This record gives sequence, C-alpha cells and structure tokens, in this order.
Amino acid sequence: MGLQIIKPDTKIDFIGLRKIAYLASAIIILIGLGSLVIKGGPKYGIDFAGGMIVQVKIDKDTNIDVVKDAVRGVDLPGLVVQTLGLDGDHEYMIRTSSSNISSEDVRAKVTEALSSNLDGAKFDIQRLEMVGPKVGADLRSKALEALFYAVLLIAVYISGRFEQRWTVAAIMAAALAGGVYGIGLLGLEMGWLIIAALVITVGLCWYLKLNYALGAVVALIHDVIITVGIFSILGKEFDLTIIAALLTIIGYSLNDTIIVFDRIRENTLARRANSSFAAIINMSVNQTLSRTIMTSATTLMVVFCLFVLGGSVIHDFALALLIGVGVGTYSSIFVASPILLGFGPSVLPEKEKVEA
Amino acid sequence: MQSLRWRAIIALIVLATGLAYMLPSLPGVKESALGKFLPGDSVSLGLDLKGGIYLTLGVDMVTAMDNNLARLGDDLKAASRDQEVFVLRPTVLNESQIEVVLLKSEQKEAFEGIIKDFSQFSVEESNPLDGGKEKYILSISPQYRSDIEKLTMEQAIKTIRNRIDQFGVAEPDIRKQQGNRIQVQLPGLQDPERAIKIIGQTAHLEFKMVDDTADVKKAQQGILAPGRELSVILHKLPNGKYGETPIVLKKDSVLTGEYVTDAKVLLDQWNTPYVSMTFNTRGGAIFTNLTGENVNKRMAIVLDGKVYSAPAIRERISGGRASITGQFTREEARDLAVVLRAGSLPAPVDILEQRSVGPSLGQESIDNGILSALIGMAAVLLFMVVYYGFAGLVADVVLCINIMLIMAGLAAFGATLTLPGIAGIILTIGMAVDANVIIFERIREELRRGLSATQAVSEGYGRATLTILDANVTTIIAAVILYQFGTGPVRGFAVTLTLGIITSMFTAIFVSRILFDLYLKSRADNAKLSI
Repeated sequence: MGLQIIKPDTKIDFIGLRKIAYLASAIIILIGLGSLVIKGGPKYGIDFAGGMIVQVKIDKDTNIDVVKDAVRGVDLPGLVVQTLGLDGDHEYMIRTSSSNISSEDVRAKVTEALSSNLDGAKFDIQRLEMVGPKVGADLRSKALEALFYAVLLIAVYISGRFEQRWTVAAIMAAALAGGVYGIGLLGLEMGWLIIAALVITVGLCWYLKLNYALGAVVALIHDVIITVGIFSILGKEFDLTIIAALLTIIGYSLNDTIIVFDRIRENTLARRANSSFAAIINMSVNQTLSRTIMTSATTLMVVFCLFVLGGSVIHDFALALLIGVGVGTYSSIFVASPILLGFGPSVLPEKEKVEA
Repeated sequence: MQSLRWRAIIALIVLATGLAYMLPSLPGVKESALGKFLPGDSVSLGLDLKGGIYLTLGVDMVTAMDNNLARLGDDLKAASRDQEVFVLRPTVLNESQIEVVLLKSEQKEAFEGIIKDFSQFSVEESNPLDGGKEKYILSISPQYRSDIEKLTMEQAIKTIRNRIDQFGVAEPDIRKQQGNRIQVQLPGLQDPERAIKIIGQTAHLEFKMVDDTADVKKAQQGILAPGRELSVILHKLPNGKYGETPIVLKKDSVLTGEYVTDAKVLLDQWNTPYVSMTFNTRGGAIFTNLTGENVNKRMAIVLDGKVYSAPAIRERISGGRASITGQFTREEARDLAVVLRAGSLPAPVDILEQRSVGPSLGQESIDNGILSALIGMAAVLLFMVVYYGFAGLVADVVLCINIMLIMAGLAAFGATLTLPGIAGIILTIGMAVDANVIIFERIREELRRGLSATQAVSEGYGRATLTILDANVTTIIAAVILYQFGTGPVRGFAVTLTLGIITSMFTAIFVSRILFDLYLKSRADNAKLSI
C-alpha cells in the first residue's frame, strides 16, 4: 500500500462539530455581505458596468503611484489605475467610465500621458477593451441567469437521482418557473429576481422534503456567497471570467457533495436498521474523507500554479478558484451533510420500503 | 477477463485516433512528412491568445425602419402620380406609421385602390382636412416589419463582410447575435481604430446640388428656404484633421451610391490621391443628364451627411465616372474606396463592445498558461506516484492520455482555444485524478475488508463507477449552462471543461481498468497490489 494521510479507522465526529461550523460559516458570510453592503454591491468590471480599460505593461521597475501620477492629468471621467497580476509584472490597468469618448481618443490620451511622464520608460498597450452600457447590462443579467439555471437544474437532477422523485422534482421546477415568471412581472431588477428565485428554490426543496437537493443547493449558495464576499473584501472586480470561475466552483462543490451523498445513500440502504442517521452520515463522511482531501489537494496544487504563474489575465480567475475549491471542500463536509440530518431521510427509496 | 482483449483494442483505437488528431496541433508537425497522413484540423487559438479585435455592433433598427418607410412613402407617391392622383410627400410618423395627405378628397377611391397594391400598408385612419384634403395614416404589418429587420441584418452582415474581405484579414469571423447585434472577430489585426472606422462607416453616398444663392448666415440661425438643408463641407487643416465649413444644399439627392459599381484610388497631377467611382449604366445616364442640366452649378458629394467636395460642373460629363477629391492621405482614400465598393450599410451601426488584444500579451498568456500547466501537472503526477505507488503510475498514464484526448477533441470539433479554455484544461488536470482517487480509495477499502486484489479491483470499479457518473453529470450540467449563456471566452471554457469531464471518465473508468487487469493477469492470483 502507498501512503495514507487519513487512517482507515478515522472517526471524526463531524456531525458533533456542525454547530461550530455553522457559526464559522455564518460569520464569514456576514463579513462578506457586510463588505458588499458597505461598498454598495459588488464592484463590477467593465464587462458588466460598461466603460473602457487600457492594459499597459511597463518595461521598467515602477510602482502604481508612478503610473497614477503619470496619468493624473489625463482628462477622462472616472479614471482608475490598478495593478494587475503580481508585483513583478509591472502591468497596470487604466480604467475609465467613459461613454462618449472613442477608444481611439482614450488610446491616444493614455499614450501621450505615459510617454511624457514616465521618464522615458518603455511601455506597451497590450489590451484595450470597451463595453457599452447596454451590452454590460445584458451580460450581467445573462450571467446571473446562468448561475440561477445551473442551480435549478442541479436541484432537479439530485432530487431525481438520489430520491427517485423525478415527478416531485419536475413539479418543483414548474412551480419555480411559475414563481419566477410571477416575480418577473413585478419588474424587479435581475439581481433581486435571482435572489427571489433562490429563496423559492430552497423553500420548495424544504417544503417538498427534497433533502438531498436542499443540502446540495444550500452548500452551493454558501460557497458562491463566501467567494463573492471574499472578492468584495479584497476589492476585486467581477467580470465574465469570474462568473466562469463561480460556475466552476458550483461544479466542483457539487462534485464533492455528491460523492459524500452517494456514500450516505449507500450506507443508508445497507444498514439502516441498527444505526442512527447521524451515525451513518458521520461514517460516510469519514469513509470519503481520504478521497475528499486527495482530490482537493491535487486540484489546489494545480490551481495554485495557475494563480502564481498564469499571468495577469488569469490571476483573479485562479484566485476565485482557489477560494472556491477550499470552501467547496469544507462545505460538502460541514454544510451539505449536516443539513441532511436536520430533516432526516424524507422519503425512503423504493427498495428500502419493501425490505422494511 | 475474457473481454480484456476487446477492451484493449477499443482503447487502442481511441488512443490512435486521439493521437492522430492531436499531433497536427503541435508546432512543426503539420509541415513535416508525417503531417500529410494526419487530419488537417488543428486547435485554433482565440483572439485573447493570438491578438486581434473583437467587436459587437448594434444595428440602428429605428433608422433602418425610418429609411425604409420613407422609401416606401416615396414609392407610394410616385405610383399615385402615375395614375394622376396627387399626394403631398409622405412623412414618417414613427417606426411603423406614415402620414400621407391626399390633395383632393374626391380621389379617395382611386387612392385607396393604389394603397391596396402596396400590401405592406394598411389604412389605420383617414380624416378629412380643410381645403378638401384627406389625411391618411398608414401602418405596416408586424410581419413586414420583421421581414425588413431580417433583411436589414442580412444586408448589414453582407456589407461588413465585403468590407473586411477587401481590408484583407485572414480568417475573419462575422456572425449574427441575438437582437440587432453583429459580432465581428478579426484575429491578428494590429490597427483596431482603422478597422473600426471602415466597419462602422454607414457609407451612404449621395449627390446633392449646392444652393449658392442661399444665405449661409441666415441658414445657421435656422432660416432656410423649403427644400434646403444646412450641411458642412470638410476641408483639411494643417494638423491633418478636418475642419467644417457650413454649406446650404438642396435636400433631394439627385443620385445615390446605389449606382456605384466600382471605386478606386488614383493620383492627380500633383500626386494627391483621389477616389474615382464608376457608375452602372443607369447611374451613368442619370449623371450625364444631371451634369448637362447643371453646368456652372456646384454639385456636392455627400457621404454620411458630410460634404467631401463640392466641385463646380464645367461641362456635361459622360462615360459614367465621377471622383471625390478632398486632400486625402493615401490610406484615407483607400479606405473610402473600400467602403464605396462594398456598398453602404442599410442603417448606421454602433460599436457596443470592443476588445483588442495585442499579440505580445497573447504570446505571454500562452507561455504562462503552458508553463503553469506543465508545473501543475508535474506536481500532480509526482504526488500520485508517491501516494499510490503502482496505482498512482496508472493514474499518471491515464492523466496524460486524458490531456491528449482533450487536445484531440478540441482539434476535431474545430473548437477555439481561449485563455479560460487553457484554465479549463489546467483545472481538468486537477480534477481528472478525482475519478481515479475515488476508485483507488474504494479498492483500498475493499482490500482492508480482506478481499483479494482481483476481487477488490473489480468491486472498487463497480461501486465507484456510479458515484463518478453522478458527480460528473452535475458538472456537465454546469458546463452546458455556461455554454448556453456565455459568450466568447466563457464558451471556450465550457467546451474544454465538458470535453475534459467526458475524457476523464473514459480514461479513469475504462482505460485504467485495462491497465489494472493486465497487471493482475501477469501476476499470481494472490498478488499484492501496490495501491
């Protein structure tokens, strides 16, 4: 046998730790939400807010203050300078909220300001992006829609797969679609619509006793909120690649959750008669712990390489994944599984009923 | 066990196909002798890796409808005149209605008969006006409206494609998006501003007569004789930009760019470039008549509402040629000729989104991506061998096969590799071992329960397969949604992720099992398994 990090007879009482875990999660989520509230919502990148960015790379040791000073005189609305990637890259992003200026003018103005104020350091405009306000709003609502449909379909799949309750799951999907349509008539903004839809999803899962789906969905929302919160605390911007990262996190977190659920289901079927559900959950989490840690370790290893070496463009994407993979692993153990306990096995699988 | 041979054969076929599709994407292979025997598809790089321009254009449908309605109104007026029914020039009320005033209400029946020939129109209301006139409000059907919108989009895309073709970009990608949007991708292009100028120019060319008797000062205060309009004539300033001087024109255009069949750049005797246009037969005839009737008057050449030049007509010009002079630089003249040749856009377009990536950033991104992938992969490979021994080696082999199959899949489907796509592959490297880890941990469990190696392997695979399927289907759901709602790079990410999941299931469940079975077969039945 090769190495073993987790001893086969490990018996950690995860269920017993759940209150501490709930508290920890609640604190992190509250800090994140607090940061969002204080900062007036997520900080949107130009993909969603519209505007223009110019990315420059300077061939000399500089720091951000020098670049800020250099472009201070440029007459552009809402001018912001940010560092990109790691410190040694000397890459900066100059952003404006311009709406009436052509990208040609912005390029010319930035070039002029940099060449006259940088002591002759060489620089290169690597990227210029302009997103109109309308496209930005469209992209934003599409991104939110994507997140929402992902959660919905996953909830339906899990309910069907784990509890053989395809019909109930379909009813839930229909009720949700109706509910969302109804709320849509109120003319709310997309963000509120999504929040409402998620609340309905969780509510329906709870009411219909779709416990596995409930556990998985709550874990997903938990992971996404924490990642978004940490991004807000770090002052990072939200753009399309971050949405891609969030969806990947959803996929990853779910992957993790389902593997634990799978084992819980298997153990429930095998020895329901002589164990409490809490004991079964504990046993299942322990049995899969070795796998959970191994997979997280390899994935984190790779994502960490991406984070450090991937270059400026991919940096924030990798950061989101780094946070997400960590939180996703934690949530499948401490959030998703204990929620199952909260409501008990609702409807026993068909085979089980016959045996009992 | 009996089926082992067949499973091995299937795996080898897949591997060979994968290899054949993957090799052409490696540098140098396509040009080598081997390249001739391989499929021609290779992974194409996205704009974020190659450098280039990405544009989203919005077609101004309101203006398109206005133009179309105005033209329809003119047709209606002309058709009425042919039958001696007289109406005032129709005015466009909004995007779907025009107002027409019939001069003599006793001609109502005849006029309504004419309207019937215009099946696009239906009479919304008609009211008598003072002086025996009759006011009609005509509206177009939603069906006609959507037809026009569709035609406008098609024509806009065609025109833009023509212009880009003449501009000379390799592999441009122009496609319709939802709504009134057009997406344009120009890989490898260095000069975004010039491309945008050429693509975005409406290039609506008109010839109008200049009213030299009008008082320009009064016109600027808004006092204009009927049928006149105030415009500007462009002239070049010493700094290379254009200045504008007001000029009064007769509103009706006497000739339009529709009749232009060709446009090219020529040089005059002072080596200044100008644009020479050739008209088709009908346009040539109109131009000949026009110049004949208006000798010693000035004719303005109006492009997108601005006058480029307003030469005086010295004599009747036959032969169907006209020229636009305007102290252009050679490049400006060439670009003007391009837009004239490619025809005008049916409506103005707005640039809603523009992303340009310099080629240096692209190269850097590729280098960083590959470097981080290699290091990440090396770390994972090493980790697996140390942790699982022989089984780890199996996992490593299938991981390499997995990556090869992803590349092959990308090439075979003609997918575009973007930076998030590379991230998707790198992420897959991390996650691909997951399926193996699930199986291995399960086998370890079964071994602990006291099963023999052969039994444990068989149990482990059997039990883990369902878990792996469940876990991966949900990830695929996320990826499909990502593809559905994402644009450009995000889609690239979704494609690589999906491909990665499918190939990792194949390699982890199918291929690695073969390796285990081969290993166990070569040993005695009670052999210990290194896992």
